[in-house]
Amino acid sequence: MSRLVRFAPLLILLLFVAVVAWRLLAPEDTKIRSRMTGRPVPAFVLAPATGGVSGLSSTDFATGQPRLVNVFASWCVPCIAEAPLLMEIKRRGIPINAIAVRDKPADVAEFLQSHGNPFDRIGADPESRVQIALGSSGVPETFIVDGQGVIRYQHMGPIEPGDVPLILREWEKAR
Amino acid sequence: MKRLALLLALAAAPLRADSDLPSASWANQQLPDQRQEAAAQALMEELRCLVCQGQSIADSDAELAGDMRALVRQRIAAGEKPDEVRDWLTDRYGDWVSYRPPVEPLTWPLWLAPLLMLAAGALLLRKRFRGRG
Repeated sequence: MSRLVRFAPLLILLLFVAVVAWRLLAPEDTKIRSRMTGRPVPAFVLAPATGGVSGLSSTDFATGQPRLVNVFASWCVPCIAEAPLLMEIKRRGIPINAIAVRDKPADVAEFLQSHGNPFDRIGADPESRVQIALGSSGVPETFIVDGQGVIRYQHMGPIEPGDVPLILREWEKAR
Repeated sequence: MKRLALLLALAAAPLRADSDLPSASWANQQLPDQRQEAAAQALMEELRCLVCQGQSIADSDAELAGDMRALVRQRIAAGEKPDEVRDWLTDRYGDWVSYRPPVEPLTWPLWLAPLLMLAAGALLLRKRFRGRG
Protein backbone atom coordinates (compact mmCIF):
# COMPACT_ATOMS: atom_id res chain seq x y z
CA MET A 1 0.00 0.00 0.00
CA SER A 2 1.40 3.33 -0.94
CA ARG A 3 2.11 5.91 1.71
CA LEU A 4 -0.50 8.34 0.44
CA VAL A 5 -3.31 5.80 0.64
CA ARG A 6 -2.33 4.92 4.18
CA PHE A 7 -2.64 8.53 5.25
CA ALA A 8 -5.84 9.20 3.32
CA PRO A 9 -8.20 8.61 6.31
CA LEU A 10 -6.18 11.04 8.43
CA LEU A 11 -6.25 13.63 5.67
CA ILE A 12 -10.01 13.22 5.30
CA LEU A 13 -10.40 13.62 9.06
CA LEU A 14 -8.28 16.78 9.06
CA LEU A 15 -10.28 18.18 6.17
CA PHE A 16 -13.51 17.42 8.01
CA VAL A 17 -12.25 19.09 11.21
CA ALA A 18 -11.12 22.12 9.21
CA VAL A 19 -14.53 22.52 7.55
CA VAL A 20 -16.34 22.16 10.89
CA ALA A 21 -13.99 24.64 12.58
CA TRP A 22 -14.45 27.14 9.72
CA ARG A 23 -18.25 26.88 9.95
CA LEU A 24 -18.18 27.22 13.75
CA LEU A 25 -15.97 30.31 13.56
CA ALA A 26 -17.97 31.94 10.76
CA PRO A 27 -21.57 30.85 11.30
CA GLU A 28 -23.98 31.10 8.42
CA ASP A 29 -26.21 34.15 8.15
CA THR A 30 -29.63 32.75 9.01
CA LYS A 31 -31.58 35.84 7.95
CA ILE A 32 -34.17 35.14 5.30
CA ARG A 33 -34.31 38.29 3.19
CA SER A 34 -37.53 39.38 1.54
CA ARG A 35 -37.71 38.97 -2.22
CA MET A 36 -40.07 41.94 -2.33
CA THR A 37 -37.23 44.46 -2.42
CA GLY A 38 -37.42 46.23 -5.78
CA ARG A 39 -41.12 45.44 -6.16
CA PRO A 40 -44.26 47.44 -5.34
CA VAL A 41 -45.83 47.11 -1.90
CA PRO A 42 -48.46 44.34 -2.14
CA ALA A 43 -52.07 45.55 -1.95
CA PHE A 44 -53.45 45.59 1.58
CA VAL A 45 -55.74 47.54 3.90
CA LEU A 46 -55.17 47.49 7.65
CA ALA A 47 -57.43 48.94 10.33
CA PRO A 48 -55.94 51.36 12.90
CA ALA A 49 -53.92 49.47 15.51
CA THR A 50 -55.29 51.56 18.37
CA GLY A 51 -57.50 54.56 19.11
CA GLY A 52 -56.37 57.95 17.81
CA VAL A 53 -54.10 56.66 15.03
CA SER A 54 -54.82 56.15 11.33
CA GLY A 55 -54.84 52.71 9.74
CA LEU A 56 -52.45 51.80 6.96
CA SER A 57 -53.06 50.65 3.42
CA SER A 58 -50.85 50.08 0.40
CA THR A 59 -52.29 53.21 -1.24
CA ASP A 60 -50.69 55.34 1.49
CA PHE A 61 -47.26 54.87 -0.07
CA ALA A 62 -47.26 56.34 -3.57
CA THR A 63 -47.13 59.88 -2.22
CA GLY A 64 -43.98 61.03 -4.00
CA GLN A 65 -41.87 60.86 -0.85
CA PRO A 66 -40.08 57.79 0.46
CA ARG A 67 -41.04 56.55 3.89
CA LEU A 68 -40.10 53.92 6.40
CA VAL A 69 -42.43 51.09 7.37
CA ASN A 70 -41.62 49.65 10.75
CA VAL A 71 -42.95 46.14 11.41
CA PHE A 72 -43.18 45.96 15.20
CA ALA A 73 -45.19 44.63 18.14
CA SER A 74 -45.73 45.75 21.71
CA TRP A 75 -44.76 42.24 22.91
CA CYS A 76 -41.41 42.41 21.10
CA VAL A 77 -38.52 43.29 23.40
CA PRO A 78 -36.00 44.45 20.73
CA CYS A 79 -38.74 46.82 19.48
CA ILE A 80 -38.41 48.71 22.76
CA ALA A 81 -34.67 49.00 22.16
CA GLU A 82 -35.09 50.54 18.72
CA ALA A 83 -37.95 52.90 19.71
CA PRO A 84 -35.70 55.87 20.65
CA LEU A 85 -33.81 55.47 17.37
CA LEU A 86 -37.04 55.61 15.38
CA MET A 87 -37.86 58.81 17.29
CA GLU A 88 -34.45 60.13 16.25
CA ILE A 89 -35.04 59.19 12.60
CA LYS A 90 -38.47 60.85 12.72
CA ARG A 91 -36.88 63.97 14.22
CA ARG A 92 -34.69 64.19 11.13
CA GLY A 93 -37.83 64.61 9.05
CA ILE A 94 -38.29 61.09 7.76
CA PRO A 95 -41.91 59.92 7.75
CA ILE A 96 -42.51 56.51 9.32
CA ASN A 97 -45.51 54.21 8.99
CA ALA A 98 -45.94 51.10 11.08
CA ILE A 99 -47.54 47.68 11.10
CA ALA A 100 -48.36 46.24 14.53
CA VAL A 101 -48.16 42.46 14.31
CA ARG A 102 -50.49 40.29 16.43
CA ASP A 103 -51.21 43.12 18.81
CA LYS A 104 -54.02 44.41 21.01
CA PRO A 105 -55.17 48.06 20.81
CA ALA A 106 -54.61 48.61 24.54
CA ASP A 107 -51.10 47.14 24.38
CA VAL A 108 -50.18 49.29 21.35
CA ALA A 109 -51.47 52.39 23.18
CA GLU A 110 -49.37 51.53 26.22
CA PHE A 111 -46.31 50.90 24.07
CA LEU A 112 -46.67 54.32 22.36
CA GLN A 113 -47.27 55.95 25.74
CA SER A 114 -44.05 54.53 27.22
CA HIS A 115 -41.75 54.60 24.21
CA GLY A 116 -43.03 57.47 22.08
CA ASN A 117 -44.95 57.53 18.82
CA PRO A 118 -42.85 58.35 15.73
CA PHE A 119 -45.50 56.85 13.41
CA ASP A 120 -47.81 58.71 10.99
CA ARG A 121 -50.00 55.63 10.60
CA ILE A 122 -50.20 52.28 12.37
CA GLY A 123 -52.06 49.37 10.81
CA ALA A 124 -53.08 46.30 12.82
CA ASP A 125 -51.99 42.96 11.37
CA PRO A 126 -53.55 40.43 13.79
CA GLU A 127 -52.78 37.31 11.71
CA SER A 128 -49.40 38.46 10.32
CA ARG A 129 -50.92 38.48 6.82
CA VAL A 130 -49.35 41.70 5.61
CA GLN A 131 -46.11 40.78 7.33
CA ILE A 132 -45.98 37.56 5.29
CA ALA A 133 -47.08 39.38 2.11
CA LEU A 134 -44.10 41.70 2.59
CA GLY A 135 -41.74 38.75 2.97
CA SER A 136 -40.87 39.81 6.50
CA SER A 137 -39.87 36.99 8.82
CA GLY A 138 -39.98 38.58 12.25
CA VAL A 139 -40.24 41.68 14.41
CA PRO A 140 -38.79 44.21 14.29
CA GLU A 141 -38.08 44.86 10.65
CA THR A 142 -38.00 48.12 8.76
CA PHE A 143 -38.64 48.63 5.07
CA ILE A 144 -37.94 51.74 3.03
CA VAL A 145 -40.61 52.38 0.39
CA ASP A 146 -39.96 55.01 -2.27
CA GLY A 147 -42.40 57.71 -3.45
CA GLN A 148 -43.81 55.40 -6.14
CA GLY A 149 -44.66 52.71 -3.58
CA VAL A 150 -41.75 50.42 -4.49
CA ILE A 151 -39.88 48.66 -1.67
CA ARG A 152 -36.25 49.74 -1.80
CA TYR A 153 -34.63 48.40 1.32
CA GLN A 154 -35.20 45.92 4.13
CA HIS A 155 -33.56 46.18 7.54
CA MET A 156 -33.91 43.00 9.59
CA GLY A 157 -33.83 43.07 13.37
CA PRO A 158 -33.75 46.15 15.60
CA ILE A 159 -32.20 49.37 14.31
CA GLU A 160 -29.11 49.88 16.44
CA PRO A 161 -27.35 53.23 16.98
CA GLY A 162 -24.76 52.32 14.35
CA ASP A 163 -27.50 51.59 11.80
CA VAL A 164 -29.01 55.09 11.77
CA PRO A 165 -26.59 56.56 9.17
CA LEU A 166 -27.25 53.52 6.95
CA ILE A 167 -31.02 54.01 7.21
CA LEU A 168 -30.65 57.73 6.43
CA ARG A 169 -28.47 56.91 3.42
CA GLU A 170 -30.89 54.31 2.08
CA TRP A 171 -33.75 56.77 2.55
CA GLU A 172 -31.82 59.42 0.59
CA LYS A 173 -31.16 56.83 -2.15
CA ALA A 174 -34.89 56.13 -2.40
CA ARG A 175 -35.69 59.81 -3.08
CA MET B 1 -25.88 33.08 48.61
CA LYS B 2 -25.49 30.52 45.84
CA ARG B 3 -28.69 28.85 46.93
CA LEU B 4 -30.53 32.15 46.87
CA ALA B 5 -29.26 32.89 43.38
CA LEU B 6 -30.43 29.48 42.23
CA LEU B 7 -33.87 30.02 43.80
CA LEU B 8 -34.15 33.42 42.12
CA ALA B 9 -33.12 31.95 38.78
CA LEU B 10 -35.76 29.25 39.09
CA ALA B 11 -38.46 31.75 40.06
CA ALA B 12 -37.60 34.27 37.34
CA ALA B 13 -40.15 34.50 34.55
CA PRO B 14 -38.71 34.33 31.05
CA LEU B 15 -39.04 37.46 28.93
CA ARG B 16 -42.18 37.38 26.87
CA ALA B 17 -41.43 36.69 23.24
CA ASP B 18 -44.93 35.89 22.06
CA SER B 19 -48.07 37.91 21.63
CA ASP B 20 -51.19 37.62 23.76
CA LEU B 21 -53.46 37.07 20.79
CA PRO B 22 -55.06 33.66 20.26
CA SER B 23 -53.87 31.73 17.21
CA ALA B 24 -55.40 32.66 13.86
CA SER B 25 -58.50 30.85 12.70
CA TRP B 26 -57.48 27.62 10.90
CA ALA B 27 -53.97 27.70 12.38
CA ASN B 28 -54.73 24.68 14.58
CA GLN B 29 -58.04 23.53 13.18
CA GLN B 30 -58.65 21.13 10.34
CA LEU B 31 -60.63 22.13 7.28
CA PRO B 32 -64.07 20.46 7.12
CA ASP B 33 -63.34 19.14 3.61
CA GLN B 34 -61.11 16.07 4.07
CA ARG B 35 -59.48 16.34 0.64
CA GLN B 36 -58.61 20.00 1.13
CA GLU B 37 -57.26 19.30 4.61
CA ALA B 38 -55.06 16.51 3.27
CA ALA B 39 -53.69 18.81 0.56
CA ALA B 40 -53.08 21.60 3.08
CA GLN B 41 -51.41 19.21 5.53
CA ALA B 42 -49.09 17.81 2.84
CA LEU B 43 -48.10 21.34 1.84
CA MET B 44 -47.55 22.49 5.44
CA GLU B 45 -45.14 19.63 5.97
CA GLU B 46 -43.08 20.90 3.04
CA LEU B 47 -42.97 24.54 4.08
CA ARG B 48 -40.23 25.76 6.33
CA CYS B 49 -40.87 27.79 9.46
CA LEU B 50 -39.19 31.20 9.31
CA VAL B 51 -38.65 31.33 13.05
CA CYS B 52 -37.63 27.78 14.00
CA GLN B 53 -35.62 27.28 10.81
CA GLY B 54 -35.32 23.54 10.32
CA GLN B 55 -38.87 22.75 11.37
CA SER B 56 -41.81 22.62 9.01
CA ILE B 57 -44.72 24.95 9.72
CA ALA B 58 -46.76 21.81 10.45
CA ASP B 59 -44.40 20.98 13.33
CA SER B 60 -43.47 24.42 14.61
CA ASP B 61 -45.14 26.08 17.58
CA ALA B 62 -43.96 29.56 16.56
CA GLU B 63 -46.78 32.08 16.14
CA LEU B 64 -45.63 32.99 12.65
CA ALA B 65 -45.81 29.30 11.71
CA GLY B 66 -49.40 29.25 13.04
CA ASP B 67 -50.23 32.26 10.91
CA MET B 68 -48.64 30.57 7.90
CA ARG B 69 -50.72 27.43 8.53
CA ALA B 70 -53.81 29.64 8.65
CA LEU B 71 -52.76 31.26 5.37
CA VAL B 72 -52.22 27.86 3.71
CA ARG B 73 -55.60 26.50 4.89
CA GLN B 74 -57.48 29.70 3.95
CA ARG B 75 -55.99 29.72 0.46
CA ILE B 76 -56.57 26.01 -0.13
CA ALA B 77 -60.16 26.39 1.14
CA ALA B 78 -60.61 29.28 -1.30
CA GLY B 79 -59.76 26.89 -4.12
CA GLU B 80 -56.06 27.56 -4.71
CA LYS B 81 -53.80 24.69 -5.73
CA PRO B 82 -51.03 23.74 -3.25
CA ASP B 83 -48.39 24.65 -5.82
CA GLU B 84 -49.90 28.12 -6.24
CA VAL B 85 -49.68 28.69 -2.48
CA ARG B 86 -46.10 27.42 -2.45
CA ASP B 87 -45.20 29.71 -5.37
CA TRP B 88 -46.79 32.68 -3.59
CA LEU B 89 -44.55 32.03 -0.59
CA THR B 90 -41.33 31.32 -2.54
CA ASP B 91 -42.05 34.54 -4.42
CA ARG B 92 -41.59 36.32 -1.06
CA TYR B 93 -39.04 34.24 0.82
CA GLY B 94 -37.19 32.43 -1.97
CA ASP B 95 -36.81 28.68 -2.46
CA TRP B 96 -35.54 28.53 1.07
CA VAL B 97 -39.11 28.46 2.43
CA SER B 98 -39.89 25.20 0.63
CA TYR B 99 -38.42 21.83 1.56
CA ARG B 100 -38.85 20.65 -2.03
CA PRO B 101 -35.94 22.09 -3.99
CA PRO B 102 -36.71 23.02 -7.61
CA VAL B 103 -34.75 21.31 -10.40
CA GLU B 104 -32.39 23.99 -11.70
CA PRO B 105 -28.66 24.13 -12.54
CA LEU B 106 -27.76 24.97 -8.94
CA THR B 107 -29.60 21.93 -7.57
CA TRP B 108 -28.69 19.44 -10.31
CA PRO B 109 -25.97 17.83 -8.12
CA LEU B 110 -28.59 17.32 -5.43
CA TRP B 111 -30.91 15.44 -7.79
CA LEU B 112 -28.10 13.66 -9.64
CA ALA B 113 -26.18 12.48 -6.56
CA PRO B 114 -28.50 9.52 -5.73
CA LEU B 115 -28.36 8.31 -9.35
CA LEU B 116 -24.55 8.60 -9.42
CA MET B 117 -24.31 6.72 -6.11
CA LEU B 118 -26.53 3.94 -7.44
CA ALA B 119 -24.44 3.74 -10.60
CA ALA B 120 -21.23 3.58 -8.57
CA GLY B 121 -22.77 0.84 -6.40
CA ALA B 122 -23.79 -1.14 -9.46
CA LEU B 123 -20.28 -0.82 -10.86
CA LEU B 124 -18.74 -2.05 -7.61
CA LEU B 125 -21.10 -5.01 -7.48
CA ARG B 126 -20.32 -5.95 -11.05
CA LYS B 127 -16.60 -5.91 -10.33
CA ARG B 128 -17.13 -8.17 -7.33
CA PHE B 129 -19.22 -10.73 -9.17
CA ARG B 130 -16.85 -10.70 -12.13
CA GLY B 131 -13.93 -11.36 -9.82
CA ARG B 132 -15.66 -14.41 -8.32
CA GLY B 133 -16.85 -15.82 -11.59
